[in-house]
Amino acid sequence: MAWYSETTTAKKKSKKDLWVKCKKCHSHIYKSEWEENLNVCPNCNYHGSITSYERINLLFDKNTFEELFNNISPIDSLKFNDLKGSYKDKYEATIKKTGISEAVVTGRGKINGIPAIVAVMDFRFLGGSLGSGTGEKILQAANYAYDNNLPYIVFSASGGARMQEGILSLMQMAKTCAGVARLNKKNIPYISVLINPTTGGVSASYAMVGDLNISEPGALIAFAGRRVIEQTIGEKLPDDFQTSEYLREHGFIDSIVNRKDMKDYLSNVLSFYNR
Amino acid sequence: MNILAKERKVRELESKIDELGNKEVTNKLKLEIENYKIEAMTNLTSWDRVLLARHQLRPTAKEYIEYICDDFVELHGDRLFRDDKSIIGGIGTINGNIVTIIAQQKGKNLDENLKRNFAMPHPEGYRKALRLMKQAEKFRRPIITLIDTPGAYPGLEAEERGQGEAIARNLLEMSNLTVPTIAVIIGEGGSGGALALGVTNKMLMLENSIYSILSPEGYATILWKDVSLANEAAEVMKLTSYDLEDFEIIDRIIKEPLGGAHFNKTKTFQNTKQAILEELYQLRKLTGEELRDSRMEKYRKFGFFQRFNYDNL
Ligand SMILES: [Zn+2]
Repeated sequence: MAWYSETTTAKKKSKKDLWVKCKKCHSHIYKSEWEENLNVCPNCNYHGSITSYERINLLFDKNTFEELFNNISPIDSLKFNDLKGSYKDKYEATIKKTGISEAVVTGRGKINGIPAIVAVMDFRFLGGSLGSGTGEKILQAANYAYDNNLPYIVFSASGGARMQEGILSLMQMAKTCAGVARLNKKNIPYISVLINPTTGGVSASYAMVGDLNISEPGALIAFAGRRVIEQTIGEKLPDDFQTSEYLREHGFIDSIVNRKDMKDYLSNVLSFYNR
Repeated sequence: MNILAKERKVRELESKIDELGNKEVTNKLKLEIENYKIEAMTNLTSWDRVLLARHQLRPTAKEYIEYICDDFVELHGDRLFRDDKSIIGGIGTINGNIVTIIAQQKGKNLDENLKRNFAMPHPEGYRKALRLMKQAEKFRRPIITLIDTPGAYPGLEAEERGQGEAIARNLLEMSNLTVPTIAVIIGEGGSGGALALGVTNKMLMLENSIYSILSPEGYATILWKDVSLANEAAEVMKLTSYDLEDFEIIDRIIKEPLGGAHFNKTKTFQNTKQAILEELYQLRKLTGEELRDSRMEKYRKFGFFQRFNYDNL
């Protein structure tokens, strides 16, 4: 009895540790293979999620990244409570779990030798929602780009505005857009990379107004939710609706770039602005 | 008893007066009604204001324009796809000031609402607005927007034509304008769909209008999985003009008559016109550069956050 249950738990544990199930084609991939392939399915090219720091490692030349504005975190100004508890408890637990203090990591570094400033959103932090602190970091990074004449790249991954901060979150849409609008004054390139998913208020603000809008394959990019639209119009929507391929087809995305090619793609397009 | 029930009671009493002939009795009743109104309609809840903001009889944008402007010429179309009738725009004169006016238009009945799409714009509505704003800038005209929408329309075609892009573009371009811009929320300020006309030097709000990230119904569904708690959601959301004044998100509240704008439309329009003219007078003193920079500065300050110390992790 003891012997039997021990092996099953050992087996279960090893299976979970060894395999990753692809969310799109459902095939089982060796975890080592999955990670070597940058969390992209070798079978169907589904781009799984990665953390902000993993993306930063992929993007910047070794030892060039310097994090900036990392001393900003949320505050519960509306005294918000839902069925699961207070906003304060929720973001404090999230900070402990993720080790980041807001839904975006900002900093500067070199991409194949080209200096740039980035803001990389992290979906693990309250669904990458846009709160006051998130907006502040994206704005401060834009201002840093302005002051130092550096190209600005924002990687968005977000469920939209942060409901726990109510109207203050809505104002972040205007605040961030004002930040990137100012870059026009000095002809500073602003590149938006829309990662799965980029929805709601984020898709209706800074993420959609890049000089270049880039995306990874198969990313969900949507202003209104699929269910809301289906309820409004009372019919089923096409399968590829609101994917990056759909948006490129309709003229809102310049290019879809595989994760493994993103660094070279970005350094290549940035090189046009420096000639 | 919410504000609509109280209003029904007032109307009931008023209709009884009309049936009476005796002057002494009617005067006494009229006084009683006035006293009841003062007692029942002064301390409104947030939910009361939601109901007033959406009231069937609440004046719509066109009525404001008719009263406020000496003359008005409506201009149509985004030059790209079609004319979105949920947004009206044009050139007008307010006490001799030539301005561009852009407004979200609700209908007064079902037919009108179908034509106006319940004031829920498609991307082409926002693009029409942007076209007219750029034109205003070319001719150095101040821009007045009147906001009254449940939100941007969530539909297949709206997504297909880039609802997100249209809103985002307006946020970016409005923050960059070099002419005076004033927004007035006259009814519902529904999320991004309202903000897309609301990145302005001055933000004014009718006393009983609302401005929120989501409808109270949507908020209650997310918060408590129960749409019937919308009235409680309205309280916690901070969506009234007084809440937004506390947050310094709006610059000014325009007072409404007792019971709401529809009880005395002329008074409401007068108050609105005066507020717009006063703000315009101040903004006209600034240069284009100053207008743009001070507007950007205002938006850069929005939001509350705290300094974080990683040692506490
Ligand atoms: Zn797969």
